[in-house]
Amino acid sequence: MNNEQVKTLKNNAFKIWAIIATSIGLIMLAVLLIKIGMDGLHRLSFDFFTALPSRRPEQAGILTALVGTLWVMVTTAVFAIPIGIGAGIYLEEYARKGWWSSFLEINISNLAGVPSIIYGLLGLEIFVRTLHLGQSILSGSLTLSLLILPIVIVSTREAIKTVPSTMREASYALGASKWQTIWMQMLPAASGGIMTGIILALSRAIGETAPLIVVGALMYVPFVPKSVFDSFTVLPIQIYNWVSRPQAGFIINAAAAIIVLMLITILMNGAAVILRNRWQNRVKW
Amino acid sequence: MSNIKKTSTKRQSEIVSAESTTAINEKLLGKNPSKPMKKIEIKNVHCWYGDFHVLRDIEMAVDPNTVTALIGPSGCGKTTFLRIFNRMNDLIEGFRLEGEVMIDKKDIFSRELRVNELRKKVGMVFQKPNPFPKSIFENVAYGLRVNGITNKKIIAETVEHSLKQSALWGEVKDKLHKNALGLSGGQQQRLCIARAIAIEPSIILMDEPTSALDPISNSKIEELIYDLKQKYTILIVTHNMQQAARVSDRTAFFYLGDLVEFDETKTIFTNPKNEKTQNYITGRFG
Ligand SMILES: Nc1ncnc2c1ncn2[C@@H]1O[C@H](COP(=O)(O)OP(=O)(O)O)[C@@H](O)[C@H]1O
Ligand SMILES: [Mg+2]
Repeated sequence: MNNEQVKTLKNNAFKIWAIIATSIGLIMLAVLLIKIGMDGLHRLSFDFFTALPSRRPEQAGILTALVGTLWVMVTTAVFAIPIGIGAGIYLEEYARKGWWSSFLEINISNLAGVPSIIYGLLGLEIFVRTLHLGQSILSGSLTLSLLILPIVIVSTREAIKTVPSTMREASYALGASKWQTIWMQMLPAASGGIMTGIILALSRAIGETAPLIVVGALMYVPFVPKSVFDSFTVLPIQIYNWVSRPQAGFIINAAAAIIVLMLITILMNGAAVILRNRWQNRVKW
Repeated sequence: MSNIKKTSTKRQSEIVSAESTTAINEKLLGKNPSKPMKKIEIKNVHCWYGDFHVLRDIEMAVDPNTVTALIGPSGCGKTTFLRIFNRMNDLIEGFRLEGEVMIDKKDIFSRELRVNELRKKVGMVFQKPNPFPKSIFENVAYGLRVNGITNKKIIAETVEHSLKQSALWGEVKDKLHKNALGLSGGQQQRLCIARAIAIEPSIILMDEPTSALDPISNSKIEELIYDLKQKYTILIVTHNMQQAARVSDRTAFFYLGDLVEFDETKTIFTNPKNEKTQNYITGRFG
């Protein structure tokens, strides 16, 4: 075998390995989807969305969990978006490059990798106990905000970085202040990237279970939360609760709830992809 | 008040066009009291990027309503020189300037003059067209908005007027609210000129404004420069010797951070005093 043939062989081997690896991933996902679809799809009805939890699986629904998830998502967004964007702007535009900004940068990247249960413990200590916010939506949302802040900060910075410096210069050259330049040029030009980051961050938060359990989300919530100070449950916790029940009916409920949760996540990720493509097409420097 | 100012500027520019006579008169009669006020005067100016001494002991005076071409090989400091006047260099970390820079007899580094005020007065057109990714209208209106003008009618009128002045109105009047990035390169550059003149500067800095453009756009912009001279004082960096010869009244030749020669364009191109200038304009290096 000459050198050329070895090369081709290696090439083909690598290609086949890549195809197999990809196929395994796709097949697993497909099996999972089909299994869950077969189990849960028939359970999805209007009542399933509007019913409160119940001891009888046929009567139980996801209303409290769905509303809880919405509350938590909106509240998390309210905290994480302005703080995350603000911090991103500070680090990118105002922080002087030096040990302090490198220190912050490294820490923020590391925070993104901290296991989520640690955030749960932090939230429990700070929000539930120290600030006496109780086992409420507020505590849970603040905890999730901390969890996703690094993602929002990093994507804000990345999005601002992609705006060419010529635009900044053009703005300054017209007598604009730094603040006007950031607010009227940099942020709008970076908005696509920032929004993509926010959606991806929220779609991560929506699936989180561990930190919310630690903070004290309830397994069983027989009422719909009315304010951020109410106790709550969310979809993943509801699912967790149902799969741990012995009755077969609850397993079916869990599958149906998983379908709902997955649809929400897919929609959010889809929106992120569309936004990103739109943004990339629109902005050709 | 502003009227009187305008007419006097006009009279000054007439005097300027008789520059050589004035110069002779000055020599014969000593200091001439009616000598036109210099628009820009810089003295003993040195610039550094960190330790790198990029401009050395520059002295220059520019008359109002003239076009000054800045020529010289790449890296000799033309862009740095140009960006002194709207203090854009100040944005670069490690940049340092020493010396005296006066515009309209006022020190541009004085504490009384805020840098955004200066930049309102000294507009800039960049080498690569850099419109904002916004509508054509908003591109031109931006300078007005950031300078606190909110009256819609005034903004609309100024946008139209500026686009007419930059000879772009006819091509864009039906699509003012389309994204400016959809325009051709030449149109984008004229839009950038419109954007610069919308806030009524008195000086316009141009850094190789046609180097990224096709020949037709190039000649359109050269015509425009010729017209703009009536109202503005223009400094233009160019690599194109013909362009310098066509559009400018005076030409400055830079070489490795020195201002080697500064004279009437005609003199520079026909009878330069310095050998380096001679070699550069005849294309022996650069
Ligand atoms: N931001 C900067 N930092 C350090 N050196 C720079 C910077 N900008 C330009 N220079 C250097 O200064 C010199 C002059 O640059 P410039 O003014 O852009 O020249 P020109 O416009 O004549 O080509 C060059 O040697 C260039 O490498
Ligand atoms: Mg240059």
